[in-house]
Amino acid sequence: MANVAHSETSTPVVRRRSAVQKMLENPSMWRGIVAIILFMVFWEVGARFDEWFGKEWTLPFVGLIPPPTDVFAAWLEIIPKAGYWDSWIQSFKRVLTGFGVAMILGIPFGLALAVNKYFRDIFFPPFEILRPIPPLAWVPASLIFWPTNEMSIAFVTFLGAFFTIVINVLGGARTIDVRYLRSAQSMGASQWDLFSKIIFPGTLPSIFTGAAVGMGITWEVVLAAEMISGGGTQGGGGLGFFIWNSYMGGSLTQVVVGMISIGIAGYISSSAIRWLGDVMMPWRRLF
Amino acid sequence: MNMTTPNATMKQNSAPIVSPGNGSPMGGALSIKNLTKIYDPEGVNVCAVDDCSMEIAAGEVCMIVGPSGCGKTTLLNAIAGFHSITSGEIRLDGDLLCGPGKPKAEQGADRMVVFQNGALFPWKTLAENVAYGPIVQKRMSKSEANDKAEHMLAEAGIGEFCSKYPGEVSSGMARRAEIVRALINEPKVLLLDEPYRAMDALTKSIMHESLLETYDRTKVTIFFITHDLEEAIFLGDKVHIVTTRPCSLKKTVDVNIPRPRTYESLSSEEFRTLMEEVNEAVHEEAVKAFQAGERELA
Repeated sequence: MANVAHSETSTPVVRRRSAVQKMLENPSMWRGIVAIILFMVFWEVGARFDEWFGKEWTLPFVGLIPPPTDVFAAWLEIIPKAGYWDSWIQSFKRVLTGFGVAMILGIPFGLALAVNKYFRDIFFPPFEILRPIPPLAWVPASLIFWPTNEMSIAFVTFLGAFFTIVINVLGGARTIDVRYLRSAQSMGASQWDLFSKIIFPGTLPSIFTGAAVGMGITWEVVLAAEMISGGGTQGGGGLGFFIWNSYMGGSLTQVVVGMISIGIAGYISSSAIRWLGDVMMPWRRLF
Repeated sequence: MNMTTPNATMKQNSAPIVSPGNGSPMGGALSIKNLTKIYDPEGVNVCAVDDCSMEIAAGEVCMIVGPSGCGKTTLLNAIAGFHSITSGEIRLDGDLLCGPGKPKAEQGADRMVVFQNGALFPWKTLAENVAYGPIVQKRMSKSEANDKAEHMLAEAGIGEFCSKYPGEVSSGMARRAEIVRALINEPKVLLLDEPYRAMDALTKSIMHESLLETYDRTKVTIFFITHDLEEAIFLGDKVHIVTTRPCSLKKTVDVNIPRPRTYESLSSEEFRTLMEEVNEAVHEEAVKAFQAGERELA
């Protein structure tokens, strides 16, 4: 048995680098940083054109929004304020509630649709009729049939993520390579083994794709719902309300602060999902 | 996805498990008699296998050679219990697998399949993949199965890759691990469906040596589908050449090159004569298949 002789078995020794080192040595990261700085510079210059050359030099679009330095100043001003962080917490709470419930209900529902023909025959058609309805179209109806504003926001948020997750889980579970199922069955796997050790891990990548997309939709819906329902009165704040309130108060810098805050919040959320995906799917994190 | 298939009721032989390594008479004689399989998609009858009979002795390496899309895989699927048959029968050591009144064989660990492009579970490490069978059969505890898996992988020369995922190793190693995964279930028959199809000649030759070495150790019956004539003669005790669709046995060529075989056997006079014989028979069928415009059925 010749085995050691084959070059495929001898792995070269790779110098282990820390995550920070890797990041610093990565040219993509530096390009990204330069791109962000350039973007800021253009924005700053574009926004201040009229200040420097007179009113007739106001540039379209970029000339009408506050420059980044002003935004930054406004941000520094509100960072110590509890109200601003309360908006973060409110929005995050809603996103996590809606998203969490959508995952808890959506994953089993999608898997059940995938593995059981009868279940699919019965539940898939109504699901497909409800799915194309945009979550925001549910806002008036949900305001009517849920007792509190908070619950209607949570419900609409849930809808945003639910359909995406279910469709992804269903698609993922139904496209599992039949050879995996056959070999597991040949080896004597029970129905439960098949489900828990083959179908579920085989569907995980699709679950996380669905989760990533669903998380994006969730943020959109939460923000819109917060603006529409006038969160402050009884639903209570949130970043969407923060933006709307700042707009009503005529503070354009705060509107931009709110927008960037949402960008960051969304980034944190999708990073968390990516991280969770890496933890749960070590086989996808090769090398 | 067919989830309603009754779970493979394992032919759990209560006899003590024969540990591979002593060339034990594990059985594994396959008898295929007058097998016919007609696919009926949308009312158009397609005859994939027509009155095909062959006898495979226990512990024999039996190579099935035939043109693309001729129904070789249908044959394998029938033995493995993935598909039903239309008529005829298949017996394993005299026991009926499928036949009149029982169109579909039960899937079982006595017939393990190694698939064309590899079907190791990507979410399990090589060792976990190998240990899966004994664990779900509740034949071994988790740690026993893992020890055994690591031991067998080491025997196959890939012990140091036990904790790698299939996506991290070369296709050659993955295929070797897959054969180990099949063997840990102590099958009577190993069903291989063009396992080395997409590999380059060099990797293939290593795979062949490794398979022969495994065979010498376990003496398991091997049912091996291939296109590659050299492979067929190099590995096989018998080469069954089958016709283009519908598939039936055209000719059986006995390979009397003594074992253990090495790559030097390839250049022997004997080998060349056999090659010509097989080539002639296969070429005829290939021409027929080509003229019929046969597409791969997969």
